[in-house]
Amino acid sequence: MEEVILEYIRNEYLDEDDEEDIELDSKTPLISSGIVDSFSMVSLKRFLEKKYEISIPDAEASAEAFDTVANIVRLIQRHQGDA
Amino acid sequence: MAYPSAIREVHGSQLSEIREQGLYKEERYIHSPQSARIQVEYPSGAAVKAVVNLCANNYLGLSSHPDVIQAAHAALDERGYGLSSVRFICGTQDIHRELEAALSAFLGTEDTILFPSCMDANAGVFEAFLGSEDVIISDRLVHASIVDGIRLCKAVTDTYKHANMKHLEQKLEEHQGKRVRLIVTDGVFSMDGDMAPLDEICSLADAYDAMVFVDDSHATGFIGRTGRGTPEHFGVLGGIDVITTTLGKALGGAAGGCVSGRKEVVELCRQRARPYLFSNTMAPPLVAGALKVLEILSSSTARRDKLEENTEFWRRGLTEAGFVVKQGESPIVPVMLYNARLSQDVARDLFAEGIYVIGFFFPVVPQGQARIRTQLSADHDIPLLEKALEAFERVGEKHGILGLDKKGIIEKFGM
Ligand SMILES: Cc1ncc(COP(=O)(O)O)c(C=O)c1O
Repeated sequence: MEEVILEYIRNEYLDEDDEEDIELDSKTPLISSGIVDSFSMVSLKRFLEKKYEISIPDAEASAEAFDTVANIVRLIQRHQGDA
Repeated sequence: MAYPSAIREVHGSQLSEIREQGLYKEERYIHSPQSARIQVEYPSGAAVKAVVNLCANNYLGLSSHPDVIQAAHAALDERGYGLSSVRFICGTQDIHRELEAALSAFLGTEDTILFPSCMDANAGVFEAFLGSEDVIISDRLVHASIVDGIRLCKAVTDTYKHANMKHLEQKLEEHQGKRVRLIVTDGVFSMDGDMAPLDEICSLADAYDAMVFVDDSHATGFIGRTGRGTPEHFGVLGGIDVITTTLGKALGGAAGGCVSGRKEVVELCRQRARPYLFSNTMAPPLVAGALKVLEILSSSTARRDKLEENTEFWRRGLTEAGFVVKQGESPIVPVMLYNARLSQDVARDLFAEGIYVIGFFFPVVPQGQARIRTQLSADHDIPLLEKALEAFERVGEKHGILGLDKKGIIEKFGM
C-alpha cells in the first residue's frame, strides 16, 4: 500500500527534474514541506477512497492526517477495519 | 490593554526563530524617487549610497514619469487628496469610471472594477462569483494573493503541476461534474519569469467547458506587441474570462488593482466582493496618474520596445557570462544559485558593487531553488546594463560560480 501511495504522490506532485532532488519515503513530510499543496488534498483523498474502497470523512482529512504516507496508511487501515 | 509579559515572550521567541532561520526581512531605506538609479541607506544608519536598481517592478519606468506626476498634481488640485468613503457610498468620482472604461479598452474586456490593490482584487473575486458547486483548478505556483482568495471561497479546489497541460487536462476531466470549472493562473510568474501557455489553456478550456482566470500583474503594459499582456502574446486577446492586474507595478507603481472581464462577473464583484465593499476608494491623484499611464501606453509602444531590448541584452549577457538563468522572455530574469546562503552572499557583494538586487530563498521559492531575481526596466539603458553585467561577472568570479551548471553549484555549495 505504501508503495502505491508513494507512486501516486511522485506522479502527481513531482516533476522529472524534481525527482532527483527530492527524496520521498513514508516519513517525508508532504504538506508541511510544500510537496503536497492543501488545495489538491481533495484529489488525493478521492484517489485513496476509490483505490481502497473506503470513505474518509472530511473532518478526518486534516493536513496532519495526510502529512506523511505512514499517516495516510494508518488512516486507511483504520477505515478498512470499519468496513 | 492586556499584553502580559508571557505573551510578549512568545512573540519575541517567534521573532528570534525567524532570525535564526535566516528568514528575517530587513528593509532598506530609499532616499530618492523610484528609478533606475536610487539612493539607498543600508544597513540602517549607513551613509546613503547610489546604486543601480535591478529589483523594482517599475518595468516601464513610469513610476516617476513627469507627465504622470503632473496628471496626479492636477487631480490633487481639482479632485482633492482623498474621498473618505468606499465606492458605493460617496467614493466614486467620474474619473474612477473613466479609469475603469480605459482599462477595459486597453485589456480588450467587457468591463472593469477597481480595487484598492490587486491583492484585494484576488482576495475578493473568487468568492464573488463561485460557490460550493464549482471547482477552482489552479497552477501550483500562483501568487500568494490568489491562494488567499481561493481559501476565502467555498468552491472545491484542485491544482495542476506548474504549466503542465497534460496534468491540467486530467484535472478538467476529473471535474466534469461541477457547474463551473475555473482554470486559474498567473500570466507571467513573478518568481520565475516564465509565462503560462494561454493559447493551450484556452483550447483546453474550450474542450472541457471551463472558464479562464489570469493574474497579469507582471505583464500588463509590456508583454505582447502592444503591451496588452499575456493574452495578446498568445493571441487570445478578448478570450480570457477574468483578468486581474495591478496599477502598482508597470502602470505607474502607486497603488490599485482591478478585476476585468465578463461584465456579469465584474458586476457581481461590485455587489459582493468584500475588499471592494469594505475598503476605501482609490485616491483621485492615483486614478488620474493611472489614466495618464494608459494614455501614454496607448499612443506609443516605445517603452515596452525598449524594455524588450534591455531584457534581451541582459538575458544574453548573463548567460554568456556563465550564470544559470531561468529561461523565458519576460523582464523577470532569475539568476539561479540554489543555495540560500550563497544567494545572500552574492546579493551583498553586488550591493557593495553598486548593484541593488535581492536574494530569494525558501519559503518564497521552493527549497533548494534560491536565486537572485533581477528585473529590467525601460528606465535602464544598455551602457548602464553593461556596467551592471561587469559587476555580476566580478562577483560571480569571486564565488567561483561562472560556467557552473546546477549540479556544479550544488556540489560546491550544497542545496
Ligand atoms: C502576481 C501578483 N498578483 C498580485 C499582486 C499584488 O498586487 P498589489 O501590489 O496591487 O496588491 C502581486 C504583487 O506582488 C503579484 O506579483
